Amino acid sequence: MSQSTTTADRVDPVGPLLTRITGDEKHGPSAHSTLDVLWVLYDRVLRITPETVDDPDRDRFVLSKGHGPAAFYAVLAAKGFIPESWLDDLAGPDSRLGHHPDRLLVPGVEIGSGSLGHGLGLAVGMVLGLRAQGLTDPRVYVLLGDAELDEGSNHEAIAYAGATGLDRLTAVVIDNQSATHGWPGGIASRFTAHGWTAGTVDGRDHEEIRAGLTGHRPGRPHAVVARVGVK
Amino acid sequence: MRSTFIATTTELLADDPRAALVLADISAADFRSAARRHPDRVLNVGIREQLMIGVAGGLALTGLRPIVHSYATFLVDRAYEQIKLDLGHQGVGAVLVSIGGSYDASAEGRTHQSPGDVALFDTLGRWTVRVPGHPDEVAPLLRSAVRGDDAVYLRLSSQANAVGYAGADRLRVLRRGSAGAPLVVAIGPVLDAMLAATTGLDVTVAYTHTARPFDVAGLRELADRDVVLVEPYLAGTSSAVLGRALADRPHRLLALGVTEVDLHRYGDPADHARWHGLDAAGLRRSIAAFLPVGVA
Repeated sequence: MSQSTTTADRVDPVGPLLTRITGDEKHGPSAHSTLDVLWVLYDRVLRITPETVDDPDRDRFVLSKGHGPAAFYAVLAAKGFIPESWLDDLAGPDSRLGHHPDRLLVPGVEIGSGSLGHGLGLAVGMVLGLRAQGLTDPRVYVLLGDAELDEGSNHEAIAYAGATGLDRLTAVVIDNQSATHGWPGGIASRFTAHGWTAGTVDGRDHEEIRAGLTGHRPGRPHAVVARVGVK
Repeated sequence: MRSTFIATTTELLADDPRAALVLADISAADFRSAARRHPDRVLNVGIREQLMIGVAGGLALTGLRPIVHSYATFLVDRAYEQIKLDLGHQGVGAVLVSIGGSYDASAEGRTHQSPGDVALFDTLGRWTVRVPGHPDEVAPLLRSAVRGDDAVYLRLSSQANAVGYAGADRLRVLRRGSAGAPLVVAIGPVLDAMLAATTGLDVTVAYTHTARPFDVAGLRELADRDVVLVEPYLAGTSSAVLGRALADRPHRLLALGVTEVDLHRYGDPADHARWHGLDAAGLRRSIAAFLPVGVA
C-alpha cells in the first residue's frame, strides 16, 4: 500500500464524509486512527444494518473510546445509519452528533461513551445478557484505545471475560502508543495472560484487520491490537 | 432484611426470566443454589465492583432486569461513575440492593460504611430510593422494583423497627398531634427511636420507607410551621427536597441523621446511633431544643 495514499482515499466513500464533519473536532488524530478499523468492521464484519439496529440478534459495536468519533459518524453516515446532513453540525446546540457519542441521540450507537474505561464492562454485560436469552449468534465488538487501557475498570473486565471464556466478545485496541507509561511486554499479552486469544495487526491494512477481527476461536474472548501511527 | 432479600430474589429468578442477579462476591454463598439453577442469570464477577455495574448496564441494554447487590460503600460509593454512566447515561435501569449502609458494620470500621449513599443518588436524579424499616417491607418493594424498568435503590439495614408498614411509600401518620402541631417524619429504621423520643409530645409522627420520590403532597398536607426529619443516613440529605416542597410557606426544618464525622470508633450499631444523636435520648434532646416552648 502506497505511503502517499491517505487513509480517507482508501476507505471511500467515507473520506468525503469525514471531510464534511466541520467544526471544532477536539480529538482529531484519534478520530483518524480508528477509521480503517471502523470501515472494515461495518463493511465486512458486523451483522448490522440500518434496518436491524433494534434487532435482538444483531452484532453489537461498542465504541468505548468515545473520543474523536468523527470517523465513527462518517462510517455510520456512509452505511446509511444516519443522514449525511447530520455531519454538517458537529456538537451544535441542536446537533445529535457531539464530541462524544450519545446512544439516545444516534441510531446505531450502542452506548454513550466518552469517559474512558466503560465500554468493555458494558460489553461483557451485553454478552452475558444475550447468552441468558439464548441469543448465541451475536458478537459484541468493543473498540478501545491503548491509553484507555490505563483505566483499571478495563482490567476487571479483561480478567473476568478471560476466566469465564466469553467467546462472543472481541476487543479491538487501537494502538497509537499514546499511553503515558506504555505497555511493556506489549498490549496483546495483557489479554493473553487472562486466557484471551489475541493478534496484532497493521491498523491501516484492511485485509490484516479483517483477518484479525474474524480470528476468534471457541471458548475464549478475542483481542485485536491494531497498530497505527504514533499520535 | 438481607435474608428476605435472598429468599425473594431466589424466587424472582425462578419466576421471572428477565430477572438477573449480579454479585461481587458479597452474599455469593447465599445464592449458590440459585446460581446452580440459573447459571446464566446469577453472575458473580468476583471482587470487581466497577465491572458489576458495567455488567448490569450491559444486561439491561439487552432487555434483562439486573439486580445488583453488595455493601453500600462498594456498590454505590466505589462504583458511582459506573452508576452515573453505565446505567443513567445509557437510559437503562437496574435494582441496586445494598446492605450495611450507615453503621450496620460498625465493628468493621469506616471502610465498610456509607452514610452518603442516598445523597449520591440525589446527584443523579430519577432514582427511586427505598429505605425499608422492617423485613416485611422488603419483599413487596423488591418485587415491584424488579417488575419495572426504572432505576431503583433498595437500602437494606440490620436495624429494624418493631412493626412493618405496607404502603408506606406515602407518609403514613402513626401519631396525630393537635391542629398545627409540629410534624415529625421518620424514614426507614429510625422510626422506633423517633416514636420513643417523641412520647408525650404534642407532635404528629409520620413514617415512610420511600426517600425518593419523597411524598411531597403528603408533607404539604401534614406540615404546618415546624418540621423535624430523621433519616438513617447522612443528616440533611433530604433538606433540599423538603425545602423545595415548602418553599412557598414560612417553615422551620430540623434535619437529623448520621453526621459526616468519621468517628474512628468500632462498637455496635447502638453505640453509633448514640454517638450520632440518633438514639431516643439524643433525638429527644435535638427535638426539644428545636421545638417551640410549650411543645417539648
